[in-house]
Amino acid sequence: MAVDKEELQEFQKEVKAWFDANAPKDPGFLLPQSFMEVGTDKQFHFLRDWQREVYEAGYLGMAWPEDYGGGGKPQPFQDIVNREMAKRSLPFMVNIIGLSWAGPLILNMGTEAQKRAYIKNILSAEDIWCQGFSEPDHGSDLANAQLRAKKTGDHYLLNGSKIWTTLAHVAKYMILLARTDSQTNTKYEGLSFFLAPMDAPGIEIAPIRKLTGEYGFNQVFFADSPLPADCLMGEEGEGWMVAVKTLQFERGAEGGQAGGTSMVRTSVGEVVALARTVKRGGRPAIEDAHIRDQLVRFLMEEKGMRLNGARAKIKPLASERPGSLLMSVKLLESEFQRRLGAFALSLQGMNAAYYMGDPEAADRGRWQRGLFNAFSATIGGGTSEIQKNIIGERVLGLPKS
Amino acid sequence: MSLVGESSAWKIAFSEEQAQLLEVAAAFCREKSPIEKVRALMTEEKGFDKSLWDEIASLGWLGVAAPESYGGSGLSLAEAIVLAEPMGRRLFASPFFTTTLAAQMLIRAGTETQKKRWLPKICEGTIATLALHEPHGDWDLTNITARAEEREGGLRLVGEKRFVLDAAAAEMILVSVLHKDAPACVIVEKAALPKAALSRETVIDETKRSYRLKLDGITADCQSLLSAEKMTDALHHVHLAAILLLSAEMCGGLSGALDLTVEYLNTRRQFDRFIGSYQALKHPTVDMLTGWDMARSHLYYAASLFGKMAAADDAEAAVRMAKASASDAFAFGSDRCIQFHGGMGFTYECDAQLYRRRALWGEYMHGDSAWHRARLADILLK
Repeated sequence: MAVDKEELQEFQKEVKAWFDANAPKDPGFLLPQSFMEVGTDKQFHFLRDWQREVYEAGYLGMAWPEDYGGGGKPQPFQDIVNREMAKRSLPFMVNIIGLSWAGPLILNMGTEAQKRAYIKNILSAEDIWCQGFSEPDHGSDLANAQLRAKKTGDHYLLNGSKIWTTLAHVAKYMILLARTDSQTNTKYEGLSFFLAPMDAPGIEIAPIRKLTGEYGFNQVFFADSPLPADCLMGEEGEGWMVAVKTLQFERGAEGGQAGGTSMVRTSVGEVVALARTVKRGGRPAIEDAHIRDQLVRFLMEEKGMRLNGARAKIKPLASERPGSLLMSVKLLESEFQRRLGAFALSLQGMNAAYYMGDPEAADRGRWQRGLFNAFSATIGGGTSEIQKNIIGERVLGLPKS
Repeated sequence: MSLVGESSAWKIAFSEEQAQLLEVAAAFCREKSPIEKVRALMTEEKGFDKSLWDEIASLGWLGVAAPESYGGSGLSLAEAIVLAEPMGRRLFASPFFTTTLAAQMLIRAGTETQKKRWLPKICEGTIATLALHEPHGDWDLTNITARAEEREGGLRLVGEKRFVLDAAAAEMILVSVLHKDAPACVIVEKAALPKAALSRETVIDETKRSYRLKLDGITADCQSLLSAEKMTDALHHVHLAAILLLSAEMCGGLSGALDLTVEYLNTRRQFDRFIGSYQALKHPTVDMLTGWDMARSHLYYAASLFGKMAAADDAEAAVRMAKASASDAFAFGSDRCIQFHGGMGFTYECDAQLYRRRALWGEYMHGDSAWHRARLADILLK
């Protein structure tokens, strides 16, 4: 679909004006910075209302088909909204698993009935989605999933457990990877992929307390939970392929996401601002030569990652060692955020030892919390170490570890 | 707070011409500069293959960044970058870096007569170089102690220059001096060099040819001075052009070191396994790859901003970032390349040392990464 440049510019103005008028005010409590950190009801309701507001304004799912509740517009419109949200560090879209993983998957390979049943309520945040991939004994080794789905009549009976399930306590549906056949040659066979309702009998959700002291993750237990057979996504036994597809959406290797931000990233600009306010030897920390050097390093990295994205779009500059730029996004971003978080604490001197809840903690303790939460991204979605194995093997062609 | 770069929208401009040049240059360097050839040239006094140099000239590579009115193709330094990167990758030895930089100096500050006389020749293959560095070893090109004194209607040069690259092969040298207490630049032709003026330096990168230049006894006429009022700007421009070219050369070099490392990790076996299967080796090799990716993205962004007057601060920041990024990444990559070759890596025979030496060379020419970061802090953290 051809896009008129002037129309886009007009649209950008409209978007700016809308966010100027409608960006949420400080709610008076510390908001989470990512969907993996939603720990309290008041946080959740605030974020759900915000997503609904954005959707109703027409700024979410803009490039999804109109028939299912989308906007039916070319992708550049949604890109403008996404950039504007990121630039303003606005609260993220809480139903991101639906918007960025489950939704694109359903649109890509779901049945007409599935599209009609799920897509609109994903966009409006009416139905929250969660993801049942990781298991207690199989973190990064996703293909080793052992949760059993046994076919009995027109149902599957689920037995087992999923863990690190973000948003499970508020979710209506789960994208679920389960084992329908355990007698296969390889672990990749015998897996099936389901769109599972969370209100089925026999499902129990146990919140997990995180290293920050807050909640947000869960363990989900299934005990003879019946699942209607039409919840199956793709063919029985071919769930691995569907899971890989989902991961491509999750990791941004494939487009088609509804849009909106999934987290509020800490920018180096914010850390620079912090360095101007905190003191070293009675002078602003930003005057210290060593701190300046560190800040420039972070600025270079932050810029480098964005430029990687820009270069990935230029074919002649991305054809050598293909896949490298896209496959390393998560690794680089998450490790960067973790190191930046630790550095932000170091700027605060002794006051770095305060924590959320203390009135003296800088910015309500967001830096301390941010440092701990940064591990969710270096561990979740395949640890950095696993990412390095994958990149080493697929991009560089190194032998398997 | 001022964060330079917000205005440039993070776009990398890359033209069809650049894409074609990159492809041609990559193939040319791969074919003409195999590692055996690199090593053979290292032991020769001249240090480069004149017939290949002539080929480069006939391909028009020496004039890509020169205006058409002086025999160039009227493109920009961004096109020279796509040539320098593959040259770096294959450790291709030639006076391309110096000749390109000398042309930049002439374009920026040469008088009309000087440009007409020299630029068309350079585009056709005349080798030219610059004498900008001094015994104090300062990276600031405006820190000049060599002098040009007026005498009998002409100029008499005093002092000494260091790291004058490819000087023995050059037809002319652009020498930075103080003239009437201000930075100036004099064209010194080969014929004007006294016999022992040049002496070869032993430098860490054996593919390079570097010379000390004794200025005492060299005379020139006043017409050989470049435009005095343009000098400060021209020195700054040449400094940035140099670090951009070095960044390209280092990105290429890192790519070569990465190839070498991966090849060894995929063929060497220890304890019945390919050593590349050990994560202790695999993971840092991936760090080499991501370092290369980052440095390369910085490089091509800097190249697309370079020379755009409207974004002078942005461009300077981008070029310094490219240099700091490439030299750190190449330092790490070439260091691990030696280490991962084990005992072989400790030998002269192993090519890993060639890349490590090239990395050190690139790092210490025109400012190391810490020095550039200090400059960046002044731009970015006002």
